Amino acid sequence: MPDVTRRQLLRWIGAGGAGVASGVIPFLAAAGQAGDAKGTAREQTLQSTGRQWVMVVDRKKCEGCTTIDKPPRCKAACKKEHFVPEEQNWMEVYEAPDEGGGTYFKPRPCQHCEKAPCEHVCPVEATYYNPDGLVLIDHERCIGCRFCLAACPFQARYFNWGKPENPPGAAFASYSPEYPVPHRIGTAEKCMFCGHRLRQGKLPACVEGCPMQALWMGDLTEDVATNGTEAVRLSAFLHERHAYRDKEELGTRPRVFYLPGHGEDYGR
Amino acid sequence: MNAEAEVREMEAAVLRPVTERSRTFILFVLAAVAVILWALYAWSVQLRNGLEVTGMRNHVSWGFYITNFVFWIGISHAGTFISAVLRLTGVGWRTPVVRMAEFMTVGALLVGGAMPVVDLGRPDRILNLIYHGQLNSPILWDLLSVTSYFTGTLIYLYLPLIPDLATCRDRLSDKVGPLRRWFFHTFSLGWQGTPEQWRLLNKGIRAMCMMIIAVMISVHTVVSFIFAMTWRAGWHSTIFGPYFVIGAIYSGIAAVVTEMWIFRKTFRFQKYITPNHFRWLGNILLAAGLVYFYFTSAEYITAVYKMSEHELGLLQALFHGPYSGYFWSYWIGGMAIPLLLLSLPRTRNMLGIGIASILINIFMWIKRYFIVIPSMAVPLQPTPWGSYSPTWVEISIVAATFAGFALIVGTLGKSVPLIPMWEMAEELEIESDARDLAERKRSAPRPAGPVPGYAPGGGAGR
Repeated sequence: MPDVTRRQLLRWIGAGGAGVASGVIPFLAAAGQAGDAKGTAREQTLQSTGRQWVMVVDRKKCEGCTTIDKPPRCKAACKKEHFVPEEQNWMEVYEAPDEGGGTYFKPRPCQHCEKAPCEHVCPVEATYYNPDGLVLIDHERCIGCRFCLAACPFQARYFNWGKPENPPGAAFASYSPEYPVPHRIGTAEKCMFCGHRLRQGKLPACVEGCPMQALWMGDLTEDVATNGTEAVRLSAFLHERHAYRDKEELGTRPRVFYLPGHGEDYGR
Repeated sequence: MNAEAEVREMEAAVLRPVTERSRTFILFVLAAVAVILWALYAWSVQLRNGLEVTGMRNHVSWGFYITNFVFWIGISHAGTFISAVLRLTGVGWRTPVVRMAEFMTVGALLVGGAMPVVDLGRPDRILNLIYHGQLNSPILWDLLSVTSYFTGTLIYLYLPLIPDLATCRDRLSDKVGPLRRWFFHTFSLGWQGTPEQWRLLNKGIRAMCMMIIAVMISVHTVVSFIFAMTWRAGWHSTIFGPYFVIGAIYSGIAAVVTEMWIFRKTFRFQKYITPNHFRWLGNILLAAGLVYFYFTSAEYITAVYKMSEHELGLLQALFHGPYSGYFWSYWIGGMAIPLLLLSLPRTRNMLGIGIASILINIFMWIKRYFIVIPSMAVPLQPTPWGSYSPTWVEISIVAATFAGFALIVGTLGKSVPLIPMWEMAEELEIESDARDLAERKRSAPRPAGPVPGYAPGGGAGR
């Protein structure tokens, strides 16, 4: 074997590297562009509506719809709106015993944290913030590692373990990260605060569906909130009603506020 | 016996398994391939139907695959640890053990690295990690450090192999098939054993030693960060990085001991892998075990004392709840018994140390299981606990990682010399020198680097 000097070796490696790069880079670029072309739905969600959305849950009013003898209406409205797959509850209503021997209810949408652990851990930025404070999922990019399910402190995330059912209404819907229908196998799912309805000036399905007017949608920039029948000044409302956020000590800054007062274990 | 004869005998012994056809080996390969084929079928079922076919669900969303990932990345540690640390510190007895330990690292990284891919819901989109990779995600840290570690390990394994490949090239060309003849010829890179080649080789090995140790520590640290960067009870811990690194060394060295036991017997290396090797490695294993005991105790005692609401449920589940069986069996089978076997004079023999190493292997898998699963099952909302039990798909794929690992290590061991012959020759020379007259040694000190009179592909030993 001939003697090879270091310089020659480096030159060969350089030439080889350049050759590989000249083949690979256009390929990567093309792949990237293909992603962008598909990503227009994602880009649309990045257009601001000029609002900063928050949800307020009045726990004093929430009775889990037991008083009208039905399963929680917010949950049902959400399921209907998004054709939410069977084992998922993007809006969940937890029921637990309170201190006085009664029962309390805790509705739980996605908390849309301003410092969202699910967003931090996502390896491909499939989870991202939109300018209005929504935490969204790009289902065309998600690789299904489920790190976000592990990282979420609120159990707000779900996964399409198998092929999700897409009834006719869902199958022909046009996908957007704000309205993630039809559902896709192997991707993470959760509540999107009904971003598609907010854009049309409508209240989220759960807020509209709540017969107790216990759910409010608010906008931090205009400092207003409404439950569909009345409107309040958001900041004063939160202050007067001693609003708190779930697991505030974690510092994730959720965009969901709870109004206490139904005998529940405070902050749980 | 003079040194040259000893070297010749050693070379013959080391080269024998490389050329020898063995029925046991063929049966072993067939068995391993059968397990792997079955797992490929299981994986194809999973690819068709999605992760629905596993036992994972929304509450416990990571299971056997991630547990097994942590286990194999842990095993991969010891290879380099033994090899690089002992080489760097100039420990003489390491020689017969280093290469098999490095083979283990390669095998463990290959099967371990496959686990997160199998775990993906959308393996078809795996290249998104490159197109859209986010450096703030620990998964990217894992990807970078595991691939660096794998590359580094291959280089580090390859460098000391070059002189041995040259020996194979010169000696075995009429005893092996054309494929391996080509392999020995090409990958010995024209090695002739010139002083300049020795100088460069030693420089390269030394540099790789240091680099690989740093990368090795980073690997298991960032594996632990997959857990420690979340808020979950049991994972939300600052100690996790070093805790996992020590755990990896503990389980990895145990695996080296088991491997040594198997190769010693099947390759008939009793003369070169001695009971002393078991005792020496047993000492390191004992040290690692004690440090791991300390970390594990520190981890639980700080949580138990406070009994914070955040951790309470998890601790109850581990101490006397649904996971207590795993938890306490680990303390007995993975800590108490092996540490006793490793420290009592009566059991500090090959059998005792071998049994300890197998126990550690088994229970470190269980340890990883109850690090991963209960923390996932803890309810973070007012709900019942999550539950998990693996399906046949998960069990088959995990079984195949063991078969695949054995296959990789076994095939590597049969393809190239398992004991670094030139380093072994140096050792034999040193031993022989020691027996020589002291005055001769004083008047003519051994030069650093290659053994005088021993240059593979060069003169001696022919």
